[in-house]
Amino acid sequence: MLLRPFLRLVALCLAMLTPLAASAQTLEELVTQLPAGSYDDRAAVVAEIAATGDPRALAVLEALLEGELEQRNSDGRIVIVGGTRRAPTGTDALTGEDLGELGRRATERIRVNNSLRRTIRTAMGVMTLRDPDPARRLAAAEAALRSPAVEQLDALDAAMQAEELDYIREAQTLAHAATILASDADTDTKLDAVAVISGASALTVQSTLNAYRAAEDPALAAAVADAIEAAERRQALWGQAQNLWFGLSLGSVLLLAAIGLAITFGVMGVINLAHGELVMLGAYTTFLVQETIRTHAPEYFGWSLAIAVPLAFLFVGAVGVAIERGIVRHLYGRPLETLLATWGVSLILQQAVRSVFGPTNREVGTPDWMSGAFQLGEMTVTWPRVAIVIFSLTVFFGLLLTMRYSAMGLQMRAVTQNRAMAANLGIRTGRVDALTFGLGAGIAGLAGVALSQIDNVSPNLGQSYIIDSFLVVVFGGVGNLWGTLAAAMSLGVANKFLEPWAGAVLGKILILIFIILFIQKRPRGLFPQRGRAAEG
Amino acid sequence: MKKLLLTTALCAGVATGAAAQEDPIRVGILHSLSGTMAISETTLRDVMLMLIEQQNEEGGVLGRPLEAVVVDPASDWPRFAELARELIEGDGVAAVFGCWTSVSRKSVLPVFEELNSILFYPVQYEGQESQRNVFYTGAAPNQQAIPAVDYLLENGVERFYLAGTDYVYPRTTNQILEAYLMAQGVAAEDIIINYTPFGHSDWQTIVSEIRDFGSTGRPAAVVSTINGDANVPFYNELAAQGISAEDIPVIAFSVGEEELAGIDTGPLVGHLAAWNYFMSVDTDENLDFIDAWHAYIGDDSRVTNDPMEAHYIGFNMWVDAVEAAGTTDADAVIDAMVGVAVPNLTGGISSMGANHHITKPVLIGEIQDDGQFDVVWETSGLVLGDEWSDFVEDSAPLISDWRAPLSCGNFNTETGTCGGSEAAE
Repeated sequence: MLLRPFLRLVALCLAMLTPLAASAQTLEELVTQLPAGSYDDRAAVVAEIAATGDPRALAVLEALLEGELEQRNSDGRIVIVGGTRRAPTGTDALTGEDLGELGRRATERIRVNNSLRRTIRTAMGVMTLRDPDPARRLAAAEAALRSPAVEQLDALDAAMQAEELDYIREAQTLAHAATILASDADTDTKLDAVAVISGASALTVQSTLNAYRAAEDPALAAAVADAIEAAERRQALWGQAQNLWFGLSLGSVLLLAAIGLAITFGVMGVINLAHGELVMLGAYTTFLVQETIRTHAPEYFGWSLAIAVPLAFLFVGAVGVAIERGIVRHLYGRPLETLLATWGVSLILQQAVRSVFGPTNREVGTPDWMSGAFQLGEMTVTWPRVAIVIFSLTVFFGLLLTMRYSAMGLQMRAVTQNRAMAANLGIRTGRVDALTFGLGAGIAGLAGVALSQIDNVSPNLGQSYIIDSFLVVVFGGVGNLWGTLAAAMSLGVANKFLEPWAGAVLGKILILIFIILFIQKRPRGLFPQRGRAAEG
Repeated sequence: MKKLLLTTALCAGVATGAAAQEDPIRVGILHSLSGTMAISETTLRDVMLMLIEQQNEEGGVLGRPLEAVVVDPASDWPRFAELARELIEGDGVAAVFGCWTSVSRKSVLPVFEELNSILFYPVQYEGQESQRNVFYTGAAPNQQAIPAVDYLLENGVERFYLAGTDYVYPRTTNQILEAYLMAQGVAAEDIIINYTPFGHSDWQTIVSEIRDFGSTGRPAAVVSTINGDANVPFYNELAAQGISAEDIPVIAFSVGEEELAGIDTGPLVGHLAAWNYFMSVDTDENLDFIDAWHAYIGDDSRVTNDPMEAHYIGFNMWVDAVEAAGTTDADAVIDAMVGVAVPNLTGGISSMGANHHITKPVLIGEIQDDGQFDVVWETSGLVLGDEWSDFVEDSAPLISDWRAPLSCGNFNTETGTCGGSEAAE
């Protein structure tokens, strides 16, 4: 049981903060003890380091937490390592003396594991409750909430008095209330604390109060039960909102994957089984762009996706034009052959990528501005998903406007509605076919850029989306862009409402059954094309 | 069907004078080089070619050079069986190193039994099997899954979320784990089992479920048997929703160095994996192996992983057994295999048990920000793979011993008969 010694250590290090407990050892002595022994030994040393009250201790612990604290092999000196992996540089952990370049194998890292990391964070929390940096104060308050120990009560009180920022004081108040519950305060004080905590997020309420459900005091137990119940109700309500959001974000992924197909299959009627591989090429374009930026201009990494978007569109669009000119145009009106030929193309593209880039996943990074999450009520919304929803809607409306208002869109519609008439009016139908296919492919490339942020960038990327894409287009009504939007969103939302209830596997099966039945009833999908064009 | 056979005569240039005179011994390599499993299996083909090349430089086996016969079953299960037959009957290979998924192994089993040849299977699997013609060099559940949850229990974890891909390995492993956890006193409501389809890419719902599951104030952990490509989006979503290893650690049985290569591991530091080998293990054997691998593949950034070590062990065992038997005849080699001991890469000596499973150390590693694992716990000695789990009712009384006179893969110790449990088969 590692948890118990851990809690004891926390208590120990908190106790030592008070001036009464004078530390026997200096920071210098303690730091040299860090590399030896087991993780438990190290945790004990960490607690003692925190207890020295030495102002340099914080930097040492922070470096240890980040895995940057190492011991130099030559003289056993403890250094904080920075610089790059290939050319690490070091500074002395205590004196701050610059030791210059270290050499690759000259130092041995002081290892940390999960429970040690928790110990360090708690120890640092106590030291940084009144740190000048607000981010550290917030982290300290959160750490105190996570492991409420009676000894920190006074420190929290003092920190609350001094705090000027509201959101930090809120966090401190919560930690304070949680600590009161852990102390032997009287019932009224504890009831007040429960009231304070019940105003926090549902997850905090549950994780903090669950332990007191079986409190001896019946009044307290009842208050705790009420608070938890209220939190659960709130959470259930927000759960619906969360499902809706998850559904919309899954829907936008489906929309992105399907929208290019809505052009090639929906508008042109070409069954393009290589669509998924075009998506994959878009993802690999993103990878190449990021690799180039990483090696040549790492400071522009934040722009990598913005640069990848036009490049992926143009490159994959060009591949699409080549496929159309090279293969598909010879097979118009022969759907079965088109199907087989594009399937062949998909295999060729997959294996080509596998030969060039290798079969393993490639790492595509997320720029900083796109990572992380924020809290909306009781739900967590992650930025990459927000970005994908916005991106996919932008692509959709961009495409809609292009089809409706641009000269090229007009020609595309003319050719697909009545090829002979369009040709008679002087439209170069062959060129329009190539451009339309290229447009669909280019949009698949855009989807690849977005999917590289949430899925594997591997040669198999396309396969997982091809079936879903066809489902969306057929369900929405072939040839209707609005239908594709409606189908993608409704499938996404339905999927996410089914999943918690039926599980991911059964949910997927149910959706498939529903679509099969629906297509039986309405073969032309949600929004069928009407008029003479639809008959042809 | 077009013949995908690709024969590589590696021995031609490098074999020593004496060896070049003799007929080569052919070794089959049955790993997917295309299709969904190529991501994992291509590396195993490469490591086998490297091992065979090294062996030839040392003079081959029985004074004869080795010749690799590489085929590509293209992640297509029935194709595994066809190609296995072709390797054994057509090319006359002495042994086959291959397969990754359990379903591919199950598909070739009858072929190896019928034609009486030898298969080395290098991947961790669900157990509940012991076949005379197969040597299992990957981990059985007691060499990976059970020590992993032991580690979690030791660290005070009280609630377990078992997340897996929906196929035989996760289902059997989770069945064993559930029984084991209950036996350890974990309440039924503290265990959740969840399955997802292959290649599942939208993890929002499940990750938020995990967050709720872990927010009851009692320590919780995720035990992941999520397979292959589904891992990257899973870990990305964990990172995006801010679930850190300090709050809810994820311990995985199918995520190794190779799988982490496609992920930014910064936000994943501290999540765990249980294997019998990590690239970061600091032994001379391992450093030599890594150097040889980098030299062979010509790329310093390539990683090594657990199934590669399994092939390393299996290949060396086979070489020793052939030398001991003095022939490549399957029956003689199968008999000679039991008890063969060779060094593994983690500083110990692995030996082949009578149940055709091997002894291995169990290591728990934490993910580091450079995509490597840092070993935080290991078993004190080596553990022998247990083919029939003691925690599944049907298989508890079964044992396997392929030595004469028992020569039985599923001997029922209660009834004293061989072939005791058809149900567990």
